[in-house]
Amino acid sequence: MNFPILSAIIFIPLIGAFFIFVTKGEQKNVERNSKYVAIFTSLSNFFLSILLWYFFDNSTSDFQFIEEKKWMSGFINFQLGIDGISMLFILLTTFIAPLCIFSGIHSIKFKIKEFLIAILVMETLMLGVFCSLNLVIFYLFFEGGLIPMFLIIGIWGGPKRVYSAFKFFLFTLLGSVLMLVAIISIYWITGTTDVIRLLDGRIPQEFQYLLWLAFFSSFAVKLPMWPVHTWLPDAHVEAPTAGSVILAAILLKMAGYGFIRFSLGLFPVASDYFTPLIFVLSIIAIIYTSLVALMQDDMKKLIAYSSVAHMGFVTIGIFSLTKQGLEGSIIQMMSHGLISAALFLCVGVVYDRYHSRMISSYGGLVNIMPKYALVFMIFTLAALGLPGTSGFVGEFLVLVGALQKNILVAVLASFGVILVAAYMLWLYRRVIFGKITNPEIKEITDLNKTEIYIFASLVFLILFFGVYPKPLFNTIDISISNLINNYQADLSFHLVKINN
Amino acid sequence: MEYAIIFLPLISSFISGFFGKKLGDKYCQIFACLLVLISGILSLFIFYEVLTQDYSSNKLIFNWISSGDFHVNWSIVVDPLTSVMLVVVSLISSIIHFYSIGYMSHDPHKTRFMAYLSLFTFAMLTLVTADNFLQLFFGWEGVGLCSYLLIGFWYKKPSANSAAIKAFVVNRVGDFGFAIGIFLIFFFYGTVNYHEVFQQTPLFIQKQVIFLGIEVNLITLICLLLFLGAMGKSAQIFLHTWLPDAMEGPTPVSALIHAATMVTAGVFLVVKCSPLFEYSQIALNVVATVGMMTAFFAATVALVQNDIKKIVAYSTCSQLGYMFFAAGVGAYHVAIFHLFTHAFFKALLFLGSGCVIHSFDDEQDIRSMGGVWKKIPYTYTLMVIGTLALTGFPFLSGYYSKDAIIEFAYLKGSNIGYYAAAVGIFTALLTAIYSWRLVFKTFHGKYNNKKNSLNSIHESSSTMLIPSCLLAVGAIVTGILFKEIFIGQDTQFWNNSILFLYQNHHDHVPIWLLVITPLIVILAIPIAYYLFVKNEKILKNLILKHQTLYNFLINKWYFDDLYNFIFVEPIKKIGLFFWKEGDVNIIDRYGPDGLSKLVKTVSDKAVNFQSGYLYHYAFVMLIGFSILLTYLILY
Repeated sequence: MNFPILSAIIFIPLIGAFFIFVTKGEQKNVERNSKYVAIFTSLSNFFLSILLWYFFDNSTSDFQFIEEKKWMSGFINFQLGIDGISMLFILLTTFIAPLCIFSGIHSIKFKIKEFLIAILVMETLMLGVFCSLNLVIFYLFFEGGLIPMFLIIGIWGGPKRVYSAFKFFLFTLLGSVLMLVAIISIYWITGTTDVIRLLDGRIPQEFQYLLWLAFFSSFAVKLPMWPVHTWLPDAHVEAPTAGSVILAAILLKMAGYGFIRFSLGLFPVASDYFTPLIFVLSIIAIIYTSLVALMQDDMKKLIAYSSVAHMGFVTIGIFSLTKQGLEGSIIQMMSHGLISAALFLCVGVVYDRYHSRMISSYGGLVNIMPKYALVFMIFTLAALGLPGTSGFVGEFLVLVGALQKNILVAVLASFGVILVAAYMLWLYRRVIFGKITNPEIKEITDLNKTEIYIFASLVFLILFFGVYPKPLFNTIDISISNLINNYQADLSFHLVKINN
Repeated sequence: MEYAIIFLPLISSFISGFFGKKLGDKYCQIFACLLVLISGILSLFIFYEVLTQDYSSNKLIFNWISSGDFHVNWSIVVDPLTSVMLVVVSLISSIIHFYSIGYMSHDPHKTRFMAYLSLFTFAMLTLVTADNFLQLFFGWEGVGLCSYLLIGFWYKKPSANSAAIKAFVVNRVGDFGFAIGIFLIFFFYGTVNYHEVFQQTPLFIQKQVIFLGIEVNLITLICLLLFLGAMGKSAQIFLHTWLPDAMEGPTPVSALIHAATMVTAGVFLVVKCSPLFEYSQIALNVVATVGMMTAFFAATVALVQNDIKKIVAYSTCSQLGYMFFAAGVGAYHVAIFHLFTHAFFKALLFLGSGCVIHSFDDEQDIRSMGGVWKKIPYTYTLMVIGTLALTGFPFLSGYYSKDAIIEFAYLKGSNIGYYAAAVGIFTALLTAIYSWRLVFKTFHGKYNNKKNSLNSIHESSSTMLIPSCLLAVGAIVTGILFKEIFIGQDTQFWNNSILFLYQNHHDHVPIWLLVITPLIVILAIPIAYYLFVKNEKILKNLILKHQTLYNFLINKWYFDDLYNFIFVEPIKKIGLFFWKEGDVNIIDRYGPDGLSKLVKTVSDKAVNFQSGYLYHYAFVMLIGFSILLTYLILY
């Protein structure tokens, strides 16, 4: 196939954004037209990515749909290509983007045109991250994502939005500067920034440690890992619903993707060396943030902290370097993408109606919003990893993988599972069950049609992949095997060199 | 046929859940009952076929998870052990579906209730028909979820909500062990399929592993971890605290989930894993000890409780203890036999209590009852039958199964067996006393209710009484009918579904052992009547004299307060500390906020340099120049 499908998928949202940008006329018409354009582009992009999945060949671990354009010759070429791992992230992104647009259309009250542009630009940048096969291109997309997110929080956010946006920017920029330095040094050392060549060739061992740390500092902030996680709760709290959804569902996953693709792929020796560090930080993240989540009185903050805990499972899985652990962590990222998106949308539903994120403002919602109570229940259960939901498959495999590496890690991480149950059920109980104590919320209406469709699609996917996750496994299976084989080969290659 | 048994309840749940409003309460209830009833009848067929033709089957539905060498399937397995569980689950479930029509007749959420009940039945059936540990875990958590939903069914009551969360979280503690057990099994065996695991087990007998710094035998470790899960689900001592609280749920739920089926899942797990447990004497001893302790502990607490449902709940706890110590002394088939009979009489007792509660218009305290046996004769008869069966009155079902447990424990010949037999006999006495206390306080003596007049006490509707009568029949005859099949001397029924490494001999039972328990049980009736009806003063004096002991018992050995003190409060405090101190005061203060403050201070200072006075600049220039000069001269 010669059609540049990856470029198409990446740039269709940008083209949509451009069309919205140039619409002019009466305020009302502009808003209506931009809504239609945004919905149309994001949905068509979703279908295009499904098409991509259909044509995707999951019997090979080579990169597919490769595109290459000369840019600054030798140094930066515009290279795109995907393997099984990127495939799933692309699907997740193109699926979540329309949801954000639907939710934004409902809840954003001013500058809607600009908002839609920001979301579409964001989508382009995120897709670029998962498709790029050149370190510099990757970096541009990876850090470019900061800007629209910064704007989304800073313009459409809550009362403390400036502080949150600043914190978000400061944390993430700090890490990424180091990554830029590392990318430049990789070019100096190897003479290329082409990911395929870098994955084949071997970066000398003595450089790996520092380079790994530089990449780590960027990914650890984005993921986020303890102790650089504190920007996340603030950013979530102040961001509008759509912003939170993108942040939790996709932005965090870019770091997980980065760990798998670059940290493991490029620096196997350093990855092996630093695995204990990752395990310790992840375990702290799981237990520490679960305990903190237990005490939150702000719904969004609680879910944000639970995201940190869930991403802790992801890093454990990735660095367990076992088939189950790695596949589990990818499934966990997919399912967390769906579940956290769903939970933030759930908070958005009541926030749109009553404008409070405080748990204590609610209580007894089941009396007036039975449909809402049902979907919220399903998402709560998925978040606590009930078997039959996608959350279980990922978490369980991660732990199976972790135990093969280190029993203590698996035991401590499993302990987190108890805490998750406690804080999620407690949240649910305080918001949904009980009698209505706050007379003002009696007027709240149940889910409307659009919301039902959005939630139904999420529920369907979460349950479907919980019972039949095979399509996901088929897509990533060979790529993961290949990754592990390469990793082991590299490791033994370097070890042999040391012994000689 | 197997598919129908499992999926009909799911369909029923789906229909009542999503189309309940359209169908209307009545049709929805009838529909749900019919589907579950069909499932129940089909399980009877299967049971019959297993009994007569050694039927067994293993049906693969489809592949669930497949990652590297980790393969798990959705499947339906039928073997003798499963067939017994199928009958217990689907039959009692269908009876309770019918009962619920009557019991919930005044509730506005009938369809939701039916949906949950059917969903529970589905989850429980997937649990018992699994062919691997992971599907078992799916059913395990699934029944936990339904239990959570049903305990919190009356969501307006804060106590019901707390009880629901408590049930789920305490179970999660058990599941934590269970899950690690599964991880270990996969790590060492490379599979989680029962058959393959059990086949390989003899190879691992000598295998030692280091677990958290302690060297232990692999099989013992796995068994103990699995047993932790079983303790959670079956409310054994230390993890039992959720079960009495679970009585906040509607009574049919207590009967189905917290007496007949879900709580017995732990026993089922231990019996199913007999090919593992048989190779670890330590694990078996732990099982037996925990079982004994629970049986005794729960019985003592049941002596002084005043809530009718809580008494029955503690009694369930205690009977589950019996089942575990039966399994612990290697008499797995007797454990299942007791599970089987217990399902009938305990469900009957709960349904009877439900009728009593209905008659008294939602009164649950037995101190506010009494003297009504003539007003509600059917309910009274049902309760008496249930009590007789529970206490092990000769020739009712409990007599066969409970006495068999004590006999097998005694015949085991080991120390732990003798202890178990002794505790079993003593607990049987306690059981008789608290059970008859319940009956006498509820139905005899003076009428004590202030809310309702004696005349307003009424018999329950026939939709409630008829299902209860079916259970009563079960409580009377299951013992005689199935004794030979389940625990007879040369029974071939169990086939390969249970492994007995050591043959259990059951021939030379001493006469005194055969007689002692029934004797105690029969004697207990007049004693209880005297103490609780004729002459209550003796008891009052006794309580006054032993106030501390009484407080100890009525506060359930202070388990709840202790856990609150050790776990709940500290965890809250630590969480708050991490948040306020860790995140806000350390990370943020020295991280982003510190950085921005630093930038500000530095720039504030730097601003001072631009004073605008020429002589300041000249002075600085001079200093710089002289430093540069010095440097050049020196080096």
